[in-house]
Amino acid sequence: MSGSATTGRPRIFLVEDHAVFRAGVKAELGDAVEVVGEADEAAAAVELIGERLPDVVLLDVHLPGGGGHAVLRGVHPNHPEVQFLALSVSDAPEDVIEVIRAGARGYITKTISGPELLQAVYRVAAGDAVFSPRLAGFVLDAFAQGGAAPAAALDPELDQLSPREREVLRLIARGYTYKEVARDLSISAKTVESHVSSVLRKLQLSTRHELTRWATDRRLV
Amino acid sequence: MSLIAATPGARDHRYIAEPTDPGRRPVTDRERPTPPSSDAPADPADPAGPTASTDAVTDPAAPSEGNGLVIAGNGSDGGSGSGVNGHGYRYRYEYEYGGGRRSRRRDRGHDGGPPWSRHAAAWHDGRHEHHHHVGRRLRSLRRDPDNRVLGGVCGAVSRATGVDATWVRIGFVLLAIASGVMVLIYAMAWLLMPMEGETTNIYSRAVADKRGIRLVAAILIPLLILVQLITSTLHVPFVGFLGWPTFIAIGVVILIWRNANETEKAFIDTDVVPLFGGDTHGQGRRMLIARVIVGAVIGACGIALLVMGHTTFAALRPVGGAALVVAAAVVIFGPWWLSLVRDLLAERQARALAEERAQMASHVHDSVLQTLALIQRSADDPHNVVRLARAQERELRAWLFEGRPPGAISEDATMLAEGVGLLQRQVEADHGIAVQVVMVGDCELDEALRALLDAAREATVNAAKWSGEDQVSVYAEVEPDTVMLYVRDRGRGFDPDAVPDDRQGIAQSIRGRMVRFGGSAVVRSAPGEGAEVQLSMPRRERVK
Repeated sequence: MSGSATTGRPRIFLVEDHAVFRAGVKAELGDAVEVVGEADEAAAAVELIGERLPDVVLLDVHLPGGGGHAVLRGVHPNHPEVQFLALSVSDAPEDVIEVIRAGARGYITKTISGPELLQAVYRVAAGDAVFSPRLAGFVLDAFAQGGAAPAAALDPELDQLSPREREVLRLIARGYTYKEVARDLSISAKTVESHVSSVLRKLQLSTRHELTRWATDRRLV
Repeated sequence: MSLIAATPGARDHRYIAEPTDPGRRPVTDRERPTPPSSDAPADPADPAGPTASTDAVTDPAAPSEGNGLVIAGNGSDGGSGSGVNGHGYRYRYEYEYGGGRRSRRRDRGHDGGPPWSRHAAAWHDGRHEHHHHVGRRLRSLRRDPDNRVLGGVCGAVSRATGVDATWVRIGFVLLAIASGVMVLIYAMAWLLMPMEGETTNIYSRAVADKRGIRLVAAILIPLLILVQLITSTLHVPFVGFLGWPTFIAIGVVILIWRNANETEKAFIDTDVVPLFGGDTHGQGRRMLIARVIVGAVIGACGIALLVMGHTTFAALRPVGGAALVVAAAVVIFGPWWLSLVRDLLAERQARALAEERAQMASHVHDSVLQTLALIQRSADDPHNVVRLARAQERELRAWLFEGRPPGAISEDATMLAEGVGLLQRQVEADHGIAVQVVMVGDCELDEALRALLDAAREATVNAAKWSGEDQVSVYAEVEPDTVMLYVRDRGRGFDPDAVPDDRQGIAQSIRGRMVRFGGSAVVRSAPGEGAEVQLSMPRRERVK
C-alpha cells in the first residue's frame, strides 16, 4: 500500500497464462494503475511477487504449475500486505472457495467491464473484499448447507452468516452493486463493505462443520 | 392354377376345368396359410372356394357360371356337378353372407398369404366344419384382441358362428345371470382359447410354466403350512380349512397372470385393477374403501330386510313401494340431474379449453413472435434471418407433430441448475447478450419449475431485447419450500404500471405462467434504473 500512497496508483501484478488476456487487462486498466510485472505460471509468480511486492495481484484461478492457490500459499504467509484478487472465466465453486480460503480478498469473473475491474482493484488495494455475484452465490451455497451450526464447539460468530450478511450476499448474487445494495437495504455503502469483509473473514477463518464438509465434498481443504 | 390365375384370359377356362381337374390339390395347399384348414385331410372340392370367392366378387361377368362351379366343387355336394343349377343361388348367398363377413374379421390376425386366400380359408372354415369337424373348429377359435369387452371370448364365438358379437354377449350375460355356471364357462374358455396370432393358450402356458409353478410353490406352501400351524394352535380350524382354497386360488391367479400375454396384462392393469382400487394413492383409495364399505352395508341391510320380510307378503310391500318412489324420482328428475351433470362437464371443459388457449398463446409468443421480432431486427443480415427461420421452423414442427412445446426449456434437463444453464446458452446464442448465472442449491425439475424456467427465459429475453445492455444477471436460489429466481438488468428500465395490458410478455408469459402453477412474479423497475423480475415458485416436493 505504500505504492498507492506515494504515487496514487495501485501497483499491479498479473498472474495469468493467457498472453492475450494479460494484454487485454493491461489495456483496460490503462494508466489508472502501474503494472509492475507479469507471470504465466505459479513458481515464477511466487518469486517475482516476492521481489516486487505489488499492492494487488490479479490472479488467475487456473494456472500451470499448481493453480492460483499455489501462488497464494507461496506468497501470502510471508507477505500478508500483498492483496490478491482472483480472476477467471468460469470456475467450479471448489476452486474459487479454495483460493479465497487461501487468502484472496475477492473473486471476479473475466466478463467484468473495465471500470468495474478498476473499481475492484481499488477496493482490494484498500483492504476491502470484492464479491462478484458468483462468489456471493458460492458462499451462500456453502453456508446454507445443513442450516444451523450444530456443534457447541464451533464458534457461531465464525460459522454462521448473520441474516443481514445473508441479505447482502443475496443482493450481490442478484447482480446488485454495493451502492445498489446499500440503497435497497437503506444502509450506507460503508456498512455494506463491512458486511462483505466480515463474510470474507468468516469464509477464511471458519472451521464450520458444514463449510468443511462442503469443502471436503468437493475435494477441498 | 397359379399360372392360370396370373393370366386373365384364362379365367373362364379355369371355372370349367377346376371341379374335375385332379392337379389342383397342391396348389390349394400353397394358397391357404392357416394350419387349421390345411391339415384337413379330406376336403377334395374345397379348393374351388379360394378362386371362386374372389372372382365372384370382382368379376361380375361370370356370376352364374362361377357359382355353379363353386357348388360343384364343394365337399358337401360330393364333387358332383349335378347340384349346380339346383343350389347355385343358395350357396352363392351363403358365401356372401357368411364368408364375406367372416373374412373381414379374419383379415386382421392373419399373417402372410394373399388376402384372397384368407377369404377362402375363412369361407372354408365356416362352411365345411358345420358338417364335420366341430372339434377342429373349436380348436381354431381365436380370441380377438380388438373385438372384446373382457377376454374376447364372445368375439371369438361370434366370429365362428357368424352371429353378431353383441347378441352373443347379451346371451352370455343372460345365461350368466340365470346360472352362474356361465361365468365358469367363460373363464375356462378364456383360459383355453388362444389369443389371435398365438398358438398356445393361457392354460397350456401356465401348466408348462415350470418356473412359475416353482415360484408359487416356494411362496405359498410355506405360507400355507404356517397358517395351518397357527390356526391349529389357535383352535380355529375353520380358518385353516378356508386357507386351502384361498391359497390354491392365489396360486392359480399368479400363474394366470404370469402367462397372460402383454395386451391382456395391460388390459387387466388399466381396466380391471382400478375397479378394485389398484390406483393406490392416498385419498382415492380411502374414498374407494369408504364407498365399498358404505355400499356393502347398505346392500347387506337391504338383503336382510328382504329376507326378514319374506315370510309375509305384506312385509315386501314397503320395499316395493320404496322402489317405485325411487323409480318415480328418477323418471321425473332424471333428465334434470343429467343436464346438471352435463353443464358441469361443459363448464369444466370450457375452463380446460381456456387454460389450454392461454398456454398456447404463451408458447406462440415465446417462439414464433419472438423469432419474427428478431427477424425484423436482422433484416439486413440474410444469413441470420435464414438461421432464425430454420430454427423456428424446426421448433414449430417439433411442437405440432411431436408435441414438444416450443420456447420451453428442453425436456433434457432434469435438474434446475441444468435448466438454468440451458436457458443461459439459449438466450446467449439467440440474442447475443451475456447471461450471468448464479445458482444457490439445486433441485429436481417438476412441471411447476419448468414453468418457472420458461418464465425466467421470457424475462431474460425481455431484458436482452429492451434493456439496451449487453449483460443480464440470473440468480436462482433453492430454498426449503420455494425456488426464487431473479432476472436483473442494468438497462434503461421502464415504468411497470405504464406497460399496456396487451403486452403479452410480462402479463401472460411471465406472470400468467407463474400463477398457473401457484407461483408469483414481481417486476421492479423504474426508468433509467434497470429492471428486475422476481419469480417465486413453491416447491411441490421438499427435499430434505
